[in-house]
Amino acid sequence: MTDLLTLEGVHTNIGRYHILQGVDFVVPEGKTTMLLGRNGAGKTTTLRTIMALWPASQGQIAFAGRRIEAMATPDIARLGIGYVPESMAVFSDLTVKENLILAAREQAMDTARLDWIFGFFPALRKFWLSRAGSLSGGQKQMLSIARAIVEPRKLLLIDEPTKGLAPAIIGSLIECFAEIKRSGATILLVEQNFHVAQQIGDSVLVMDNGMIVHRGDMAELASDIPLQERLLGLSLEAHQ
Amino acid sequence: MMILSGDPPRSRALSLILIAIVVVLAITPFVFPGAKPLNVAAKICIFAALVASYDLLLGYTGTVSFAHTMFYGIGSYAVAIALYGMGPSWAAVATGIVIGLPLAALLALGIGLFSLRVEAIFFAMITLAVASAFLVLASQLSWLTGGEDGRSFSLPELLRPGTVFIKDLFGVRINGRILTYYIILVGCAAMILGLLRVVNSPFGRVLQAVRENRFRAEALGYRTVFHLTYANVLAALVAASAGVLNAMWLRYAGPDTSLSFSIMLDILLMVVIGGMGTIYGAIIGATIFILAQNYLQALMGAASNAAAEAGLPLLPGLLHPDRWLLWLGLLFVASVYFFPTGVVGRLRGAPKPAE
Repeated sequence: MTDLLTLEGVHTNIGRYHILQGVDFVVPEGKTTMLLGRNGAGKTTTLRTIMALWPASQGQIAFAGRRIEAMATPDIARLGIGYVPESMAVFSDLTVKENLILAAREQAMDTARLDWIFGFFPALRKFWLSRAGSLSGGQKQMLSIARAIVEPRKLLLIDEPTKGLAPAIIGSLIECFAEIKRSGATILLVEQNFHVAQQIGDSVLVMDNGMIVHRGDMAELASDIPLQERLLGLSLEAHQ
Repeated sequence: MMILSGDPPRSRALSLILIAIVVVLAITPFVFPGAKPLNVAAKICIFAALVASYDLLLGYTGTVSFAHTMFYGIGSYAVAIALYGMGPSWAAVATGIVIGLPLAALLALGIGLFSLRVEAIFFAMITLAVASAFLVLASQLSWLTGGEDGRSFSLPELLRPGTVFIKDLFGVRINGRILTYYIILVGCAAMILGLLRVVNSPFGRVLQAVRENRFRAEALGYRTVFHLTYANVLAALVAASAGVLNAMWLRYAGPDTSLSFSIMLDILLMVVIGGMGTIYGAIIGATIFILAQNYLQALMGAASNAAAEAGLPLLPGLLHPDRWLLWLGLLFVASVYFFPTGVVGRLRGAPKPAE
C-alpha cells in the first residue's frame, strides 16, 4: 500500500497564532483516515493547509510523490484533490445543477456517475434546478459532498460533514461514505462525532495543540475505551 | 429564448417593462420629434450598455472598480482624436476603434493582473488612482486631447444630419443623425445581448462562484485571478465601445462627457437602482436615471405651477424646479431603501425555498 498524502513537520501560522506545530502523518491510498480532536486542535487548519488556503510556514506536503506545499490552491485541486469545507459550503446563487457543473470544471458530467450520486442523495435530483441557497442544511451538505465526488478524485478532504445535521441525514451520509470507500477512493475526513468516525474510518489520527498525538487503526481505538477517554475525553478536560 | 441566452426576465411585469423600453427606444425618432427626445434615447442606449458592462464586474464578480469611466473615455477620445486628426472618414473611425479598444483591453489586463490577486479594496484603490491619473493626463495633454475643451469633430458624411436618405417616412426626415441613432441602438443591444451570453456561460458561472466565495472556487480548481481579469477586460471593451458610440453621437469628447467621476457615480447608481447581477437591471436603471435627469426638473416646474394655481401652501416652494437635485437625491435614497435588490430583484420576487 502506497502513501498518497504525506505531511512532514508542517507548521502553519495565522496572524500571530502558531496553529500547526509540526504535523506529521501519512494517508494511505484507498483507505479512509479519520482526523479527530477537540475544537481548536488544528484539524480544519490541517485540511486548509493541504489545500494551500493557508500557507504552510514550514515543513513538506507531498501528494502522489509530488511536493505541493508551494503550489497554488487551484493547481492542487487540479491534481485530483476534492475538498469539502465545513459549514455546508455551496454556491447559494447557483442551482444544484450549476454547482455540480462548476465542480466538474470543463468536462461534461458523467450521467452514470450522477445517477450513482442521486442514489444516496435523491433530494439533489428533485431540486436539480433549484437555487442551492434555498435548500435545507442537510441538502446543502449533500450537495457539498456531491460536488467533491461528481468527478473521480484521487483524494477527498472532508471537513466535519455531519456537523449540525439530523440523525437521519447523518445515516445517509455514512452510507454515502461507505459507498465512496468501496469505489476505492482515498479519504481524509475530519469528524467530531466518534460514533460516525468509527463506522467510516480505517485508520485514525488524533490531534491536539496543533500536533498529531495518536495514530493507529480505527478498530483498535474503537475497542479501547480507556484510550478513547485518554485521547479524546482527557484532552477535552485538559483544555476546559 | 436563444437570443436571451436562456436567461429570460423571469417576471411578467419586468418583461412588459423591458419590451416597452425597447419598443419606445426603437420608435423614438418617429413618435417624439425634436432633438431632446432623441438625445435622451441615445443616452439611455449608451448608458444601458455601459452600466451592463459595469454590472458584469460589480454584480457578477463583486469587484468594485472606479476605472470604468476611464475605459469609456478611452473609447471616446480614441475615435474623437482619430476623426479630428484624420478628418471625417470611415478610416478614421476604424483607426479610433482599432487603437481605442485594444488600449482599453491592455490597460484592463494590466490593472487586473497587477491588483486582482489581492484584497478587493486594493483593486478599488488602484483603479481610482489610475482613473485619476488618466483624467489629469487627458486635461494636460491638450495638444492631443484638446485639454479641458475636449475635441469636437465631424462625422463621415453618411452620418451627418445634412445627409438625407428619405425625405418623409411617417412624417420624419430620415437623415444621417437618425442612422447614427439606430447604429447606437443596434450596437448597444448587441453588447447587452453579448453580456447576457457571457454571464450565462460556464465562465459566467465561475464569476458568480467567485463573487460568493473566491477561496471555495479556487479549491474547485479555478484560477480566479484569470477569470476576474478576463471579466475586467471584457467590461473594459464594452465600456470603450460605449464610449466610441457616445463620442460619435455627441461629435465631441471631453473630460466632462466621458471621463468625470460624476459619470462613475451615475453608473453606480444606475446599477444599484436597476438591480445588481441581472444585466436587465442596467436597462431599467439607465432608463429611470436618465429620464429623471432630463425631465424631473420640467415635471417639477409644472407641478409647482399647478400647486401655486390651486393655492396650496408650501408645495409650490418644495416643488420649485431649482430643487430638482434634492428630489432626485431623495428619489434614489427611497429606491435603494425600498428596493434593496433593485427594481429587477423586486419584480422577480424572493426565491422560494426548495422544500
